[in-house]
Amino acid sequence: MAVVALQKNSLVEKPIRTSPPHPAAAILGPKTDAARAKFETAYRRAPAPEWLINAIACVAGLAVFALAWAAIAKFGGRIPDPLTVGAAAAKIFADPFYSKGPNDQGIGWNVLSSLRRVGIGFGLAAAVGIPLGFVIGRFRFASGMAAPIIALLKPVSPLAWLPIGLLVFKAANPAAIWVIFICSLWPMIVNTAVGVRQIPQDYLNVARVLNLSERKVFTKILFPAVLPYMITGVRLSIGVAWLVIVAAEMLTGGVGIGFWVWDEWNNLKVEHIIIAIITIGVVGLALEQALVLLARRFNYGN
Amino acid sequence: MAYGPAVILDGISLVVRKGEFVSLIGHSGCGKSTLLNLVAGLARPTGGAILLADRHVEGPGPDRGVVFQNHSLLPWLTCYENVHLAVERVFTESKSLLKKRTLEALDLVGLSHAVDKYPHQISGGMKQRVGIARALAIEPKVLLLDEPFGALDALTRATLQDELLRIVAQTGATVLMVTHDVDEAVLLSDRVVMMTNGPAARIGDVLAVPLARPRERLTLAHDAQFMELRAKVLEFLYAKQAAQSRLRAA
Repeated sequence: MAVVALQKNSLVEKPIRTSPPHPAAAILGPKTDAARAKFETAYRRAPAPEWLINAIACVAGLAVFALAWAAIAKFGGRIPDPLTVGAAAAKIFADPFYSKGPNDQGIGWNVLSSLRRVGIGFGLAAAVGIPLGFVIGRFRFASGMAAPIIALLKPVSPLAWLPIGLLVFKAANPAAIWVIFICSLWPMIVNTAVGVRQIPQDYLNVARVLNLSERKVFTKILFPAVLPYMITGVRLSIGVAWLVIVAAEMLTGGVGIGFWVWDEWNNLKVEHIIIAIITIGVVGLALEQALVLLARRFNYGN
Repeated sequence: MAYGPAVILDGISLVVRKGEFVSLIGHSGCGKSTLLNLVAGLARPTGGAILLADRHVEGPGPDRGVVFQNHSLLPWLTCYENVHLAVERVFTESKSLLKKRTLEALDLVGLSHAVDKYPHQISGGMKQRVGIARALAIEPKVLLLDEPFGALDALTRATLQDELLRIVAQTGATVLMVTHDVDEAVLLSDRVVMMTNGPAARIGDVLAVPLARPRERLTLAHDAQFMELRAKVLEFLYAKQAAQSRLRAA
């Protein structure tokens, strides 16, 4: 009986919800058509476009960062403030491509040297890693063979390979390229292999039903199906390579942005180190964005 | 036919005549798609044989055109390129003739306006039309349809069924179609092959559909003979084969 009584109570309470709208709504709402039109233009402005909000947020973030930096510079002692760094940057970027001997070159040359090492090391890694990835993705036995090697070597810092490079090539530059090769290799192999394994059976059935030649199967089905995965591999590889080249160059010396950072540390030009940090960030961002655009091009609308 | 340890199909004997439209119908999991894959050559029988025009089917080949349930178009190729890929494989002709064949196949399925579109730019029904065009363009001895309209909404499905009726009438194609749609089977087929539930599925009954062609969906909706044929298939599926399927579902 108690249950029935409770249900009755809840039934009684319900009508409160269906009462007419709050009287305030009638008072606040516009009365005539003209007033309503005025009301709509006043209160229903189009919202600010998303890009504008994003741009404002971006500028605000950078401003907060610069302020925090300035505060640290003011009370922290040795760190130069943003204005000092800005002035130094203006001087450096006024002539980025000067060359006064092997140990004193413009920042442009340093960045280009580093990019060249990354390009060569990565190119070699792609030339080795992509075919290997195809084989590993295609044949289970090859995959089983490669799995323990990749699992063991992938977590090793590429810099640990630098002495091997120095030993084998007996020179700093190829040793740095060797380190880039090693760190780019694993993402290329793994992503290509995953891409090959992910090819939908349907596409392969199409190839079988049409009896396509091996060449056609590769050019029209395997390669385009794997391409998005390969581009992901390239993106990861280049990202890691750009991280690693700085450290590798600090150790090997020569011309390069990493070496430049170390050289300026020895000269105690801290503002140049900060400029280098920002430059490295900008170049890394540009590489990443370029590859994101490339990946979008080969997304096939999925 | 056995797949691994389980026997999927057993004691299947079926003859499809030239120009005939035969449907395979049965509950899902009964092995009707497996039977189609055997004919397509995508699966090999563990016993028995499949003959196509007196020749053993040893594997997949372009003498059979397959339309897959999920269209299976290559997303990086346009509609034209998807069909052309099949055409250039099968025919050794001049480029202009290959192009003509490709365009004719797309025209046959009513897609002349979408030849340069990519699969992601067209609707599900249009994708399936391209799939049919690709299968027909190679002039196969038999057209194999694996639940071709199963993934489409009811209205699109009806439109494509009507299209298929027209195309089959126009080309005189021999068709073997897997479906689980009773209306579709009766509307399109000359014979409906009803399969028992697996494992070890077999042909339960074969129903001849002597309805005159061309067939009209709206006229047939009130046709007594159509209703009777439809009822027979339903009876087979839901009375004779129901108990077992309920057991399997549990």
